[in-house]
Amino acid sequence: MSAPPSKSSSFNWRSKAFRGVLYQVVVLALLVLAAAYLLHNTLDNMRVRGIKSGFDFITQPAGFAIGESVVPFDSAESYGKAFLVGLSNTFRVAILGILFATVLGTLVGVGRLSRNFLVRTLSGAYVDLVRNVPLLLQLFIWYFVLTEKLPPIEEALHPLPGLFFSKNGLQFPHPVWADGHLFTVAGFVVGLIGVWWWSRMSRVRFERTGKPTPFVLPAIGIVVLATLVGWLLGGAPAGLDSPEKTEINVVGGGAVTPEFLTVLIGLTVYTAAYIAEVVRAGIQSVPFGQHEASVSLGLGRGQELRLVQLPQALRVIIPPMTNQYLNLTKNSSLAVAVGYPDLVSISNTSLNQTGRAIECIALVMACYLTLSLLTSAGMNWYNRRSAIKER
Amino acid sequence: MSTTGTIYAPIASREPPRAAQGAVAWVRRNLFDGWANSLATLVTVAVLLWLVPPLFGWSVLNAVARPDNAACRALQETGACWGVIAEKGRLILFGRYPFEEQWRPLLACAALIALLIASCLRPFWKPWLAALWVVVLALCFMLMRGGVAGLTLVETSRWGGFPLTLALSVVSLVVAFPLAILVALGRNSNLPAIRAVCVLYVELIRGVPLISVLFMASFMFPLFMPQGTSIDVLVRVLVGMTLFAAAYLAEVVRGGLQALPKGQVEAAQSLGLTYWQTQRKIVLPQALRLVVPAIVNSFISTFKDTSLVTIVSLYDLTGALQLALGDADWRKFFLEGQLFVAAVYFVFCFALSRYSRWVEAYLNTGMRRQ
Repeated sequence: MSAPPSKSSSFNWRSKAFRGVLYQVVVLALLVLAAAYLLHNTLDNMRVRGIKSGFDFITQPAGFAIGESVVPFDSAESYGKAFLVGLSNTFRVAILGILFATVLGTLVGVGRLSRNFLVRTLSGAYVDLVRNVPLLLQLFIWYFVLTEKLPPIEEALHPLPGLFFSKNGLQFPHPVWADGHLFTVAGFVVGLIGVWWWSRMSRVRFERTGKPTPFVLPAIGIVVLATLVGWLLGGAPAGLDSPEKTEINVVGGGAVTPEFLTVLIGLTVYTAAYIAEVVRAGIQSVPFGQHEASVSLGLGRGQELRLVQLPQALRVIIPPMTNQYLNLTKNSSLAVAVGYPDLVSISNTSLNQTGRAIECIALVMACYLTLSLLTSAGMNWYNRRSAIKER
Repeated sequence: MSTTGTIYAPIASREPPRAAQGAVAWVRRNLFDGWANSLATLVTVAVLLWLVPPLFGWSVLNAVARPDNAACRALQETGACWGVIAEKGRLILFGRYPFEEQWRPLLACAALIALLIASCLRPFWKPWLAALWVVVLALCFMLMRGGVAGLTLVETSRWGGFPLTLALSVVSLVVAFPLAILVALGRNSNLPAIRAVCVLYVELIRGVPLISVLFMASFMFPLFMPQGTSIDVLVRVLVGMTLFAAAYLAEVVRGGLQALPKGQVEAAQSLGLTYWQTQRKIVLPQALRLVVPAIVNSFISTFKDTSLVTIVSLYDLTGALQLALGDADWRKFFLEGQLFVAAVYFVFCFALSRYSRWVEAYLNTGMRRQ
């Protein structure tokens, strides 16, 4: 019997492993060279044009005012503060947009599967219409309608008591902050704890007796009741700051600008159409056999929805839904086109004033990148957790 | 024992229940099936009755179709002024391209759309289609820019309107496509450094909004160039859009690569094919076929995304609209122009999305669910 060929293969120029290393070295070297070339050019250009670099401008006074912000901002404050204000404006419109888009999108998505012909057709038409027109154009259209087609403020539309709608935006009543509201907040928190306790209790009871305890309605009841009790304990503060109409103006109350409304309505309407498709796909992904199986087990309609349909549909819905939330947040950068002072808009103004193009753009990119990497990390965690355990 | 007569006499079949067919039954089944359904119908009809008559009055009954500014102003906002489209249509569609030369972008658009339609048909899915794209794009560029064959030179800064929108989306996608395939292969490769570079690129681009990439293209790319050279703003924007589209397309292609059964690669390797032979002859033809609908969807979003170049001052369809309706006489009728542009986008994107759905059914790649 002859000896097997020796395994200790000496180094081979043609081996797969060597070629693999070679390719990687070549690619990396090319990338490094390209980067070095671009960096060299950039430094050269900056020296010739006298562009300064560095992030020191962050602490310098911005010198521009910001039209609207969650926290007050003064033009003497720093660029860094201005960026934070822009970021908070982005979050403000994104969070509200996500809220409204989810509600509208879910309604339309369910509507597309409705047995009602009118509801089905209109939902389908809405989705087709909105998804096939660019968001930017939709924003321009909303902006034109909100700033040109609405009546001026002295003839503001008055659809509901306390609500005024005009070229100057929307004015609405809002509760005046009183110390008593601290109790309301505390009551709400206590209510949440109560819900957690209720869910534990009902699970323990279910495991002991096998009898299911109703969950959704009691949970809502607990939160509402606890908040109400907190509010009453706080002395029931009911101060409401309502806008009042005068001869030439509407004063008081809370107000949002037409720019904010444009971005909010535009993003909501646009993203809702995509969310509708996500919801529809999720509902349709649950096989009909699951319904038959749960009926044969004797589950009621609500139980079937909660224990069988939703957990399976949500597994399909949540990842693309998160993607849509992220898209909405990224799309809120189009606010710059209608003059809403979001992160991109603030960065653009700073860029024009300081000339620090690289730094300003890098800051914006870093913000969005952090957000989306955090989201995708969370999503991966969720996917691992909710994946069907196989083998 | 004998039987008389027939054993089995068929009786005439009964009429179907009256309530199961015909218009009345359809209405009952689709509109008034239970109280919730009836309520939904009534609410919807009420909303439609509230919305449709004023809209119909505005857009049809009271509208002025002639490009007559005085007549439009006399409307006092009670009706639409569609005349603005007749008046400004060419400016919206072709931007600042010289008026008497506008047959050139028209011809280029016709060629691109014809090629696009051809690319949608199965018999044209051949390797030479890619070469044809490159040739046609080059010809269109020469036709648009001129300076050769007796055509007057039209600088790219004067390009605009629909040709620019179409060119931006088509060129960025055609250039992005090979890049996307390379990146997708790199992301699936077992060489760690190459995989890392590809993951970094895709995640970096997908994590930021297109507008910031475009700002980068317009503010930072000039700094990247060697001293004394400047690149055209159109080219810079194209590079930005291409890099952006390639990252998304790479994920689409990767989806196709992952959907391919592993046995295909193993079989190819056992036949002794090299890596590139395996990819070219076995993997890519099947993987790309799987993702044709998704590629069409990418094209739709790129087409819509081109509207963002407006923000970095290129006059694509959306930008040309702002340009065309800038003058005081017609400013009031922006909405009509916007609806016209929206209709152009809609027709294009809707046709493509219907095609995407059709091709999905045709290739039977979608999962059939009931």
